[in-house]
Amino acid sequence: MKFSFKKMWAVAFRDFRSYFTSPIAYIVIAGFLVIMGWMFFFNLQHFVAQNIQYKQFGMGKGASLTEGIIRPLYGNMNVIFLFLVPFITMRLFAEERKLQTLQLLMTSPMRLSEIILGKFLSALLLVFTMLALTSFYPIVLILFGNPDAGAMLSSNLGTLLLTSCYVATGVLFSAMTENQIVAGALTFAAGLFFWLINWASQSAGPVWSDFLDYLSLIQHYNNFSQGIIDSTDVIFYLSFVGIGLFFTHRVLDSYRWR
Amino acid sequence: MIDVSGLTKFYGPRTAVSNLSFTVNSGEVVGFLGPNGAGKSTTMKILTGFMPASAGSVKVNGFDVFESPLDVKRSVGYLPENPPVYLEMVVEDYLKFAARIHDVPKTKLKGAVDSAIQRTGLTQVRNRIIGNLSKGYRQRVGLAQALVHDPKVLILDEPTVGLDPVQIIEIRELIKSLAGQHTVILSSHILPEVTATCQRIIVINKGQIVAQDTIERLTTRMRQGLLYTMSVKTPSEKGISALQSVSGVKSVSPEGGKLLIEIQPEQGELRDRIVEVAVAEKMGVLEFAAEKLSLEEVFLQLTTQEKSV
Repeated sequence: MKFSFKKMWAVAFRDFRSYFTSPIAYIVIAGFLVIMGWMFFFNLQHFVAQNIQYKQFGMGKGASLTEGIIRPLYGNMNVIFLFLVPFITMRLFAEERKLQTLQLLMTSPMRLSEIILGKFLSALLLVFTMLALTSFYPIVLILFGNPDAGAMLSSNLGTLLLTSCYVATGVLFSAMTENQIVAGALTFAAGLFFWLINWASQSAGPVWSDFLDYLSLIQHYNNFSQGIIDSTDVIFYLSFVGIGLFFTHRVLDSYRWR
Repeated sequence: MIDVSGLTKFYGPRTAVSNLSFTVNSGEVVGFLGPNGAGKSTTMKILTGFMPASAGSVKVNGFDVFESPLDVKRSVGYLPENPPVYLEMVVEDYLKFAARIHDVPKTKLKGAVDSAIQRTGLTQVRNRIIGNLSKGYRQRVGLAQALVHDPKVLILDEPTVGLDPVQIIEIRELIKSLAGQHTVILSSHILPEVTATCQRIIVINKGQIVAQDTIERLTTRMRQGLLYTMSVKTPSEKGISALQSVSGVKSVSPEGGKLLIEIQPEQGELRDRIVEVAVAEKMGVLEFAAEKLSLEEVFLQLTTQEKSV
């Protein structure tokens, strides 16, 4: 029997909807938008003030919109996602195990991969919704300025890819425990660790430092923020997600044997 | 329809189920009877493909649970001990979801959900949130979930636990109505439940099958091991031990002013001999009667004895 996309989406949409029948989605989205709005507003204000100053003192052009607004905006967004994704993913498997609804999924004619991808996609859909809601900011920039559309698009793509790595880690840790708090905390810790992993590269040897840089989640984001979509980075993020989901598969499969 | 042979399951060093073998024919309703912790749930989880066995083979609807779990899962409807319901969902949506993940085609989805709702008597609450329903209704939602894809085999783990008497009767009627079209295995630690719904019972204790037969045959078989009560004036120690030494008597125990005399199975007629001994011992026989073993006692006997009947 082939992989069934139908059943995968059935799981994805059920979980996506349950984000909205519980307070989770509203709280996470509201928090996200408030913080993003706050950041965008003061970022913009600062940028405008700086540009006026530059003009007044004849120091030439200030920072470009890409450098002055888009980069910090999406850079900040990545940090906020690092904080928020654990809240989104922690329930995915942990709650189902605790309430024993996982038995329904595990005794239905579904492959584990269909269940896991469905869960992953449900969380990613919520992230995507949040990202879509922030398209308000680029629209403001386009209406009142002349931003680099390419940089904005690639920043969005980069953010989505980077965040999907957090989501994959979240899915993995949620599958490892019945306790949602534990799952959330581990997800956050792991996300932060892979973010900061290249701090060690300064004291490591040449080969190791390259390796650690390569592993760093944020390192691969730099190109996206400048409007460059490099297949190396895309492949890195996709493999990160793939490995996370593969481990989830192993973890869930191992439960059956206990 | 269901073919289990040599099924064994270890949880670490603990043996949950050992060397279980039985078959269930198509359309049969079979009860799994045993005290808590006997291995009923474990066996059921293995039958549904939720958990692999440590040894032995399980075939459901002709498919091996280990080799083609998806085919098995498609032909099985399973109601676990706790109904696996999403509390935040509306009954109808939940059943639609259950139908979808059980490969019910889109065109038949509505019909399947409607018929499951009707059969389990959920019409009144179909638009309500499951979390707001009573335990009895949640149980029915769980049952509807197991029925929604019209499976050949239904595996129900303690389907009436926690329900009120009226609900219990309703669920039992429902299960009885499933016989014929579905093969049903249900587990219970309550005897009347099994007698009320099942054609055949499999008694299981400490992970092993103690007896499996129709209810009538099982009682008859057990009745051969009889219990007599004898009221005597002087239940002397000497008299009791004399009674105990009668061949075929299993035990004599004083209870109140009576002596309970248990006979080993298939001993033939012993009453004459017992009364003779009692008279010879001058115990002053006041009353002597045969007591029929109720099913409840059969069960108790089955599950407290190591020996198979």
